[in-house]
Amino acid sequence: MLSHLLALLVRILVGARGFWVGCQPAATLRIYYANHTSHLDTLALWSALPADLRAKTRPVAAKDYWSGGGIRGYIARRGFNALFIDRSSDKRDGDPLLPLAEALQRGESLIIFPEGTRRAQALPSPFKSGLFHLATQFPDAELVPVYLDNLYRSMPKGTFLPVPLTCSVRFGTPLQRHADETKDAFLERARQAIVDLA
Amino acid sequence: MNPQEKFYWLMGGVAVLLAVASLVGWLLQRGAAHRGGSGVIDNLNARIRAWWVMVAVIAACFLLGKTATVVLFAIASGFALREFVTLTPTRPGDHLPLVVCFYILLPVQYWLISDGWYNLFAIFLPVYGFLLLPVLTAVSGDTELFLERVTKLQWGVMITVYCISYAPALLLVDVPGYSGQNLLLMIYLLLVVQISDVLQYVFGKLFGKRKIAPHVSPSKTVEGFIGGGLSAVGIGTALWWVTPFTPLQACGMAAVIVIAGFLGGLALSAVKRSLGAKDWGSMIEGHGGMLDRLDSVSFAAPVFFHLTRYFFEL
Repeated sequence: MLSHLLALLVRILVGARGFWVGCQPAATLRIYYANHTSHLDTLALWSALPADLRAKTRPVAAKDYWSGGGIRGYIARRGFNALFIDRSSDKRDGDPLLPLAEALQRGESLIIFPEGTRRAQALPSPFKSGLFHLATQFPDAELVPVYLDNLYRSMPKGTFLPVPLTCSVRFGTPLQRHADETKDAFLERARQAIVDLA
Repeated sequence: MNPQEKFYWLMGGVAVLLAVASLVGWLLQRGAAHRGGSGVIDNLNARIRAWWVMVAVIAACFLLGKTATVVLFAIASGFALREFVTLTPTRPGDHLPLVVCFYILLPVQYWLISDGWYNLFAIFLPVYGFLLLPVLTAVSGDTELFLERVTKLQWGVMITVYCISYAPALLLVDVPGYSGQNLLLMIYLLLVVQISDVLQYVFGKLFGKRKIAPHVSPSKTVEGFIGGGLSAVGIGTALWWVTPFTPLQACGMAAVIVIAGFLGGLALSAVKRSLGAKDWGSMIEGHGGMLDRLDSVSFAAPVFFHLTRYFFEL
């Protein structure tokens, strides 16, 4: 119920229209990875998915920002069923990607932002290595590049009220890691796939 | 005739017109299907379908009354402003003025109409909005392309909020012997503007040869403007009974509406090109965006409003 309302609200507010450029919506195991410019990104990408896929897709959200007790935490847990990831390397114990791997093993698709933090620009910065590790551990998962347009203008870093621009969500052609590809080459190729959608 | 009867006759006429258009579209579609289909005819049919929806929305507003009409136009303005700003490059420093435009200036402008506060309605955006927006942008501290950014936002607000709000503002005009019928005057304006747009498009497609401004709007032709414009003035004259005007006055008013609407379409096409787009958006199938439908209204409404107010109000 809350999920549907939330998705509807996001769509009215910022459009969040999904354009399936390089693939079609499908219930296969997928890791959607996108450029990150705004707090709305997670919600926009998730709202652009068809409702049945939304139920089986878990956005990965920063624990320090989204897992609080207030309204943000409520939206993250009840609204879009977030999976929390610990960004601070000094405090965490064990493998930070473990919850993600477990979710993939359960057959849940993921939404991740491999830049690790929001950037105030149209094109993505270099990726952190999480995407590489997941691609190596789960060679069967489809890595779907997603370009989020205009959200950095709608609600840039440091602001709290979204401007209702028309934002689009473009889904590209899924890619997989080549067997002998190095980490840097893979991450750059994955990043380039998003740039190509821009 | 009382206003209610006028309304039903008017809407009945529009419905018949649309039914004929749908029938013609369907026949053309069938003819084109034998020859493998046609993009122009598909687009025509999409436009006709969208017209049914738009007419239904306008009719519903009339039946629901003044507040619903003002709210409808506020929403339409919001969509138009959204399209304008989406195509206009903005920087993070524009966020505050943008928020103010969408969440404060726009609602206040329409609230002033429903409140009947004409004097403030007329100067709120051109004076106070005009002065406020550069201040808000300056407060954000980003001076890169400052004047360009402020100007574009002011321009967008003036067209999509201020000028479009003149259509529902017709509710504020007090013409002796016409009280309680102002919604009909607004529908008259919309009808003449839109029929003029449609007929100019149709005449242009059928007979268009000489382009008026090939670089700005390749679909505007001399033949389309004259044929479509004159027909629209004819229809506007024939509808004099809806308005407080005599047939001759209605003819003059319709001519003003048609010319202002044409110029509006032309000017906004140029703006659109300079922003690098063909359509303002994609929300109305076949037509493009909200602003593609309201570009001519944004120019015709203020002119029609002031002429009516100046010559027909006591």
